[in-house]
Amino acid sequence: MSTTEFMIRMENVNKWYGDFHVLKDVNLNVKKGEKVVICGPSGSGKSTTIRCLNHLEQFQKGQIFIGDTELIEDVKIVRHIRSQVGMVFQHFNLFPHLSVLENLVIAPTWVHKKPRKEAIETAMYYLERVKIANQANKYPNQLSGGQQQRVAIARCLCFNPEIMLFDEPTSALDPEMVSEVLDVMVELAKGGITMICVTHEMGFAKKVADRVIFMDAGQIIEENDPHTFFEQPESDRLKLFLDQILSH
Amino acid sequence: MAIYDVKPAQPAPVNHHGVFHWLRVNLFKDVKNAILSLLCIYLLYLTVPPLLDWLFFSATWSGSQDEVTKDGARWIFIIEKFDQFIYGFYPEHLHWRPLFVAALTVAFIASVKLLKSIKLKIAIILLYPFVSIIFIYGGFGLEVVETDKWGGLMLTVIVAAVGIIASFPIGIMLALGRQADNMPVVKTLCITFIEFVRGVPLITILFMASVVLPLFFRDGLDFDKLLRALIGITLFQAAYIAEVVRGGLQAIPKGQYEASESLGLSYWQGMILIILPQALKISIPNLVGSFISLFKDTTLVLIIGLFDILAMVTLTNSDTNWLGYEVEGYVFVTFIYWVFCFSMSQYSKSVERRFNTELK
Repeated sequence: MSTTEFMIRMENVNKWYGDFHVLKDVNLNVKKGEKVVICGPSGSGKSTTIRCLNHLEQFQKGQIFIGDTELIEDVKIVRHIRSQVGMVFQHFNLFPHLSVLENLVIAPTWVHKKPRKEAIETAMYYLERVKIANQANKYPNQLSGGQQQRVAIARCLCFNPEIMLFDEPTSALDPEMVSEVLDVMVELAKGGITMICVTHEMGFAKKVADRVIFMDAGQIIEENDPHTFFEQPESDRLKLFLDQILSH
Repeated sequence: MAIYDVKPAQPAPVNHHGVFHWLRVNLFKDVKNAILSLLCIYLLYLTVPPLLDWLFFSATWSGSQDEVTKDGARWIFIIEKFDQFIYGFYPEHLHWRPLFVAALTVAFIASVKLLKSIKLKIAIILLYPFVSIIFIYGGFGLEVVETDKWGGLMLTVIVAAVGIIASFPIGIMLALGRQADNMPVVKTLCITFIEFVRGVPLITILFMASVVLPLFFRDGLDFDKLLRALIGITLFQAAYIAEVVRGGLQAIPKGQYEASESLGLSYWQGMILIILPQALKISIPNLVGSFISLFKDTTLVLIIGLFDILAMVTLTNSDTNWLGYEVEGYVFVTFIYWVFCFSMSQYSKSVERRFNTELK
């Protein structure tokens, strides 16, 4: 197997919180440009899985490769990997003391050492793309949830990551704002970036995902293309889960 | 289709304005309220007019001691000893030097909003201590004034300013050190230092600095008494700042740390650009509270033989030509302390407003 075929490789990743076994032998390979959606009941380890990928969580056993780089406990390697991986959080986590524009400029100028002028141009380009350029000089708390999440997505795009991780990006939004964020994510998916998205938006999964993964109790139970996943689920647990989330 | 009825317009409410209306509502609402109000007014009548009379109307503002005939405050004492209260024993012909530094400070604080360039601000802040030291202490062609000549308000302000400015970075480092879970040695050292210093009174630290510390030096290696006091005060204040800043750090949501990490910012970049600006902003009221109490605590340097403004009043009272003027002296000092502390508190409010990005 060629090492460059996969953008992300997780091999037998195990994680414990004290005695609690959160991730049990998680194996996940994601090709370049592939869109993966992870779903599952709460506490199933789906957020933990993607948070391991940029080392927001440490794992105790197994291996993770991002591109050709193995993720190990080393400040330089961790920073190198983080500079290739963008992450969008459930609660946006914009920096409230900085304007929208400064939120976007900070990583390119300080981490990627771009000249400020260039960083501002890039920032305005991506703000334009998420249709929020007219709010560039406002502060995050003056924006709606949907707008904040779009800024958060643009903030990641500004350093041109190869991988985007989404950790329940629409769960904290009011219902009428979900679609504006999903629209941006669909646009992004068309652009060919590698994407892993933890979400319960099944419509989004059907539309965008190349593969849907179901996790429960720290394990990957089932994975398939969206059609098979939703129409012909194999395991009882997935059937039950789909029943619960699709019944209303 | 008509579902809603148009509501008829209501007449505007009666206009409740005017002095009498305010009095009726706030002071004389019912019998109990009226009695209390009258009682308070009577108490004010008993205290305020005599006080004002003593302070201003019957006060003696000029002339010599022999001309004092009225029984009000004799401010001539303050006017006569004013230079001593402000400068201590600083040579009279050099009084312009501390005055100049004070003017520079005020000018900088007033113009800090106008300065756009961050680099210029940092340059000024870094340069400021050296310029002040040269002007106040001397050197570089200026006549040297030894620190035992320093005193009065000048000394109070110097001790407080050095304590505040120097303790601030140390306090932040201690707060960060206390949070460093992955560096147990640093963490333990910081906790030990903070808890030890906070557990002893400032006065013992000053004693340690002035009496005990020299015992450990070889002869001739002894250094300035004021400098020792300043180091003691700085370390003392740093421990308090550390705890205030730690409170601010704990108020920052975990998501902010995660976001700055996930963008690839290093620990220090994340701290300086993301976490500390927010944590310090939250801490402003407590920081200023701590600065204000330090300003008042500086008077303890009296214990180790330095004469701050309060000590200067006590000292001038022992002047045989001016016996019996304590009251005026202490009223004056009270006023000075109040002006400084109140200004700090007001300034902190304006800084808070300036940094408020929550909902402009």
